[in-house]
Amino acid sequence: MRTGKTYWRSLDELARTPEFEQWLHREFPENASEWTGKASRRNLLKLMAASFGLAGLVACRRPVERILPAAKGVEEYVPGNPMYYATAFSLGAAAYGLHVEAHDGRPTKIEGNPQHPASRGAAGSFAQASILGLYDPDRAKWVRKDGRRSSWEEFEKFAAGRFAGQGAGLRFLSGEIGSPSLEAVKKHALQRFPQARWVEFEPVSQDEPMAGAQLAFGQPVRAHYHFEKADVILALDCDFLGLDAPTLSYTREFARRRKIGTPQDRMNRLYVAEANYSLTGAAADHRLRLRASEVAALLAELAAELKVFGETLRVLPAASGARRKWLAAVARDLAAHKGRCLVLAGPRQPAVVHAWVHLINQLLGNAGATVTYTAATWTPQTQALKELASEMAAGQVSTLVILGGNPVYNAPADLDFASHIKKVECVIRHGLEEDETAALAHWTLPEAHYLETWGDARAWDGTCSIQQPLVAPIYEGRSAAEVVALLSGYPHRRAYDIVRNFWSALSEPQWRKALHDGVTPTPPSAELKVTADARRIQGLPLPPPATGVEINFQPDAGVWDGRFANNGWLQEAPDPMTKLTWDNAALLSPATARSLGVNTGDMISIQREGRELKIPAMILPGHADNSITLPLGYGRTRCGRVGRGVGHNVYPLRTSGAMSIAAGGKVSKAPGRYKFSLTQDHHSMEGRPIVREATLEEYRKHPHFAHEPHQELFSLYPEHSYDKGNQWGMVVDLNACIGCNACLLACQAENNIPIVGKKEVARGREMHWIRLDRYFSGPEEDPEVVYQPMACQQCENAPCENVCPVAATAHSPEGLNEMAYNRCIGTRYCANNCPYKVRRFNFLEWHKDIDQLQRMQFNPDVTVRMRGVMEKCNYCVQRIQEAKIKAKAEGRRPIRDGEILTACQQTCPAEAIVFGNINDPNSKVSQLRKQDRNYAVLAELNVKPRTTYLAKVRNPNPELV
Amino acid sequence: MADLAIRPQDIDAELNPPLVTGGLTYASITEKISAITESKTPRAWYIAIGVTGALTAVLGLMIAYLVFTGIGVWGNNSPVGWAWDITNFVFWIGIGHAGTLISAILFLFRQRWRTSINRAAEAMTLFAVACAGIFPLIHVGRPWRAYWLFPIPNTDLNMWQNFRSPLLWDVFAVSTYATVSALFWYVGLIPDLATLRDRARNKIRQWIFGILSLGWRGSAHHWKHYEMAYLILAGLSTPLVLSVHTIVSFDFAVSVIPGWHTTIFPPYFVAGAIFSGFAMVITLMVIARQTLHLEDLITMKHLENMCKVILATGSIVGYAYAVEFFTAFFSGNPYERFTFINRAVGPYAWAVWTMFTCNVFAPQLFWFKKIRTSIPAMFAISIVVNIGMWFERFVIIVTSLHRDYLPASWGYFRPTAIDVLTFAGSIGLFLTLFLLFARFLPIIAVSEVKSVLHAQESGH
Repeated sequence: MRTGKTYWRSLDELARTPEFEQWLHREFPENASEWTGKASRRNLLKLMAASFGLAGLVACRRPVERILPAAKGVEEYVPGNPMYYATAFSLGAAAYGLHVEAHDGRPTKIEGNPQHPASRGAAGSFAQASILGLYDPDRAKWVRKDGRRSSWEEFEKFAAGRFAGQGAGLRFLSGEIGSPSLEAVKKHALQRFPQARWVEFEPVSQDEPMAGAQLAFGQPVRAHYHFEKADVILALDCDFLGLDAPTLSYTREFARRRKIGTPQDRMNRLYVAEANYSLTGAAADHRLRLRASEVAALLAELAAELKVFGETLRVLPAASGARRKWLAAVARDLAAHKGRCLVLAGPRQPAVVHAWVHLINQLLGNAGATVTYTAATWTPQTQALKELASEMAAGQVSTLVILGGNPVYNAPADLDFASHIKKVECVIRHGLEEDETAALAHWTLPEAHYLETWGDARAWDGTCSIQQPLVAPIYEGRSAAEVVALLSGYPHRRAYDIVRNFWSALSEPQWRKALHDGVTPTPPSAELKVTADARRIQGLPLPPPATGVEINFQPDAGVWDGRFANNGWLQEAPDPMTKLTWDNAALLSPATARSLGVNTGDMISIQREGRELKIPAMILPGHADNSITLPLGYGRTRCGRVGRGVGHNVYPLRTSGAMSIAAGGKVSKAPGRYKFSLTQDHHSMEGRPIVREATLEEYRKHPHFAHEPHQELFSLYPEHSYDKGNQWGMVVDLNACIGCNACLLACQAENNIPIVGKKEVARGREMHWIRLDRYFSGPEEDPEVVYQPMACQQCENAPCENVCPVAATAHSPEGLNEMAYNRCIGTRYCANNCPYKVRRFNFLEWHKDIDQLQRMQFNPDVTVRMRGVMEKCNYCVQRIQEAKIKAKAEGRRPIRDGEILTACQQTCPAEAIVFGNINDPNSKVSQLRKQDRNYAVLAELNVKPRTTYLAKVRNPNPELV
Repeated sequence: MADLAIRPQDIDAELNPPLVTGGLTYASITEKISAITESKTPRAWYIAIGVTGALTAVLGLMIAYLVFTGIGVWGNNSPVGWAWDITNFVFWIGIGHAGTLISAILFLFRQRWRTSINRAAEAMTLFAVACAGIFPLIHVGRPWRAYWLFPIPNTDLNMWQNFRSPLLWDVFAVSTYATVSALFWYVGLIPDLATLRDRARNKIRQWIFGILSLGWRGSAHHWKHYEMAYLILAGLSTPLVLSVHTIVSFDFAVSVIPGWHTTIFPPYFVAGAIFSGFAMVITLMVIARQTLHLEDLITMKHLENMCKVILATGSIVGYAYAVEFFTAFFSGNPYERFTFINRAVGPYAWAVWTMFTCNVFAPQLFWFKKIRTSIPAMFAISIVVNIGMWFERFVIIVTSLHRDYLPASWGYFRPTAIDVLTFAGSIGLFLTLFLLFARFLPIIAVSEVKSVLHAQESGH
């Protein structure tokens, strides 16, 4: 609307020519340089202001809710100082308490929580490596619908419509739930959707032990073994030190009974009967090589030897030959230690075996002493999955919500999950990876890593921990509880609220204490008194030994069931027994290999029930004959860049009827060769006194057996005395070390050690600062195994130091052999002259292809080394410095013994590594160095290593020697 | 009687055949040698330098690839930290021993037969040392920091080198040797450069040789000073012949690795170096003699003498091998014993037996006069010895490293294509330099040969 008089400024204006109109609306004259972009100046300024504002927020990835630092944390946050938080890591239903170190808001290192009963300060290799999963650039990042990027808002809209009814045709499929709060949400969801069903499935499950308990006691129970009370242990196909949960606490208790200070000390005795050579087999005093399917028969024979049933019961078949002799000795030994012995069977063994084991433990008086039971609820998982698959096949499932897991990849082959899933109208998949299952889902929802979200977890013994996040979700991940809460209309939606509400019984101070300690005040599961029905068990039919070649499926020490396939650390960590990296292999005995005419690296074809698998063979000395072990978890087809196509997938051979031990396999040589990458190619000690070993009896006769006589060595020049201040040293107890790799992964995380890939491992360029040297001794068919952790020995007369032309490696006054990375020019002379060959050279730029995100994991206290420089163990010098600075700040006090824990020592579940000041006669390390068993490897070279070893002592049964 | 009479001259001729034949005179020697550098470049030379130049380019490419990618392009690994890199270094350093030995030690021992071959042998020495010098510089993980090996003031290192490291001793030994050898060679060249200057037909040659001959006029004063300088340099070079390879052997002898840690290494390495150096001189001189028609100057006597040196040093090397095995057995040291058993029958036995065959057995054929006076035979054996001596270094370095103390750390080394091409490239560089030398400088020491001629004619 015009008001008043209109003035005109020119005739052009008056005439309203287009030129004038244009001039009027132009801000700048013609030909002046001007912004022609689409964004207006105003918008540009808005964006700039916003970027400046947000730039300051980039560092703020800390979760919004209050999380509390653990004991080692500082009162108030000081930039640059690490913070430690307690949280928990779960593998299946077994949770382990952790302390996680965070630098400036990014988690960098995982350690065990000393207050947690399943960890006791240790963290296993999976927990150690799980931090890499947080920074995995190939994780599921966004919500996707039919492969295209979508958003949680879209999904919520979709879910509101889809999940409105009573849940007809709705099925949930998850891994085994160990989280009490998720269980509560699950319960709510099943109430909300009365017609829905929920299936829990783990490829490596407790089905058989639970069924065995059902047979023995009429109810499923969980068994807890008390190794600290057991003098004699018989493990039947049970790798309680390696793969069969909860390994960390068992390892600690077992190792404590192996540590002896004087010849008069007593140690336990371990008998193992198994097919594959496990870590437990390596620790055994007597190991019987036995096909897994013959364990049942062995157990019956043992029962016959034990004469536990008296005259009234059925006469059991007796063993014969060498096995009889072995069994007779074992039986006598067990019988002589009633109430102080232990018989256990691995979860791969059929239910009957577990029932027998429960009975034998009861008759030996072990129940309630060395083995206790707690109540458990159990639905057979494989059976449940089978029913789900048949429902899917029949078209009765319209909505399938898959929470975690990867059933398309790892469901039993006969269920044909991958084709049945296509019949489901709507598949919603929530998971960490965009994997084989995600590829067939309609909706894929990113799962938050356990370090990103709130949760809780129940340990094997029932102790609960709150899972605290250390960082807000890096991508759009949410926890499983959040997803189910969203679908089912749970009153709480955010992970924190779900968890806090579940634990609402905890007062705020209690809650804070639970966060701080990493354990809740709720007591562990109560002990259950159960009695095995001897007559019933005795009447159970024993499974016959497998016909043909027996096939054992077992989880892999690196990738478990396949879930860690995209974890480079775990891929490159050598298998404890085979030393194989980046692969799995069909493990078979030398005799079986001979009969098949195959050698290590030859392809073999395994046929069973019309399915065929081609996989390279690897000869493993000590494996049972006529038996093949197939580690699960490899050959992933849809996986991140690390794990894709690594190894061979053995799931296609695994059926619901034979999840662990499969009979009737036909094995033949197939054309083709395959190249393995091993970190250790030579397996004999060549008669050298590297690992020194004696039996307990020999040790008692010759307490100084570990001291090899060698010529008195002296120097022409006065030697450095190293008698002032802190003098660091380490003692490794070979009696305790089980060779589990936890130290190797802890070291990798702590010291920013790169992975190099399969090809470079084959060339001998792996970078691990600590090796687990594994030596076989004795006959090839049935050898014994010893482990020796081998890192830089910090020689006082270090041969590496004098040969470096640029003095890049030199001795510190505290006896450390130090590397100045920025002074090193990479002549490799030091590595050549190292008699232990523990120096590692950066042959190439290993960090070249590393993702920006992965860099977040680096420990800022440790230099990231470039190509062309040498590196090696330095006793975690950054931790030494940290402690020294702290001691200095606290009034120049001396450093307390045990104040500094090296990364390997900290995580060792067996407490085999002790580090400290050897100049202090009262320090633990000095005490250990005074022991008879203490010796230095290659002492005859006069290199004076600071790391010494306590010689291995086995405790064989005198009857069997 | 007359036909039975044996004249003293005949005995002399039989025992000391003339070192210059074909009735050459002072003038014709000058003409013959100088003409090589003055005549039109033959086509064969272009073809030859085309091939060797291409190989040199390959060396350059390989080094560039190495520097930009890392040592990982080679097959080196843990435990074999050194492999072809240091093998090539020791190989080329060894080759570089014959020249100075011929020039200096034989000069001091007044072995007149050296005069026809010393110039080329010295040149060969320089070129071999140049090739050798490349490897320690590029074998380091960060070659752009290789200058830290030299005690030169620099702010980024700001400290002395580690004088306890044999690798540093190497730096001094090799650089001293290269300097003195170059000086010695150049001083010897001066009178001949002046001759070329005087014969020059164009300004450029006149100018270049004028500068290079440092104003040499051939006056008695000049000769007096020249002879003295030459004698002093010969005296200086003599200990270097022994010291360089002694110090190179310390790289290994000072270590604690079985197969390296042995006191026999210094004499063993020196003998081996002379052995390989003479073999390379024969290889090159046989070719030069045939292509440049120098039969009158490089006579069979010269070649035969060199074959005898090869026979002698080859026998010393064979003896050293035997002593090593004996010592390993006699020491009672299980690691030492294992190392030598592993050499003989282990995964690298093929390399070890190649070495034995080439170095110990092949030169023994020179006991036969027929063989040591046969050009094709000596040429073939000289090549075989060169191969054998390369393998010797490979055996010492790689077989000792690949299996030392802890069997868990044992490994195996396989070369990559880059390893092979780098070595081939260094051969290309060596031959290129030699071809350039043979084309542009007098390949035979004219002034020195004339002194032999004089002595020979006047019966001195």
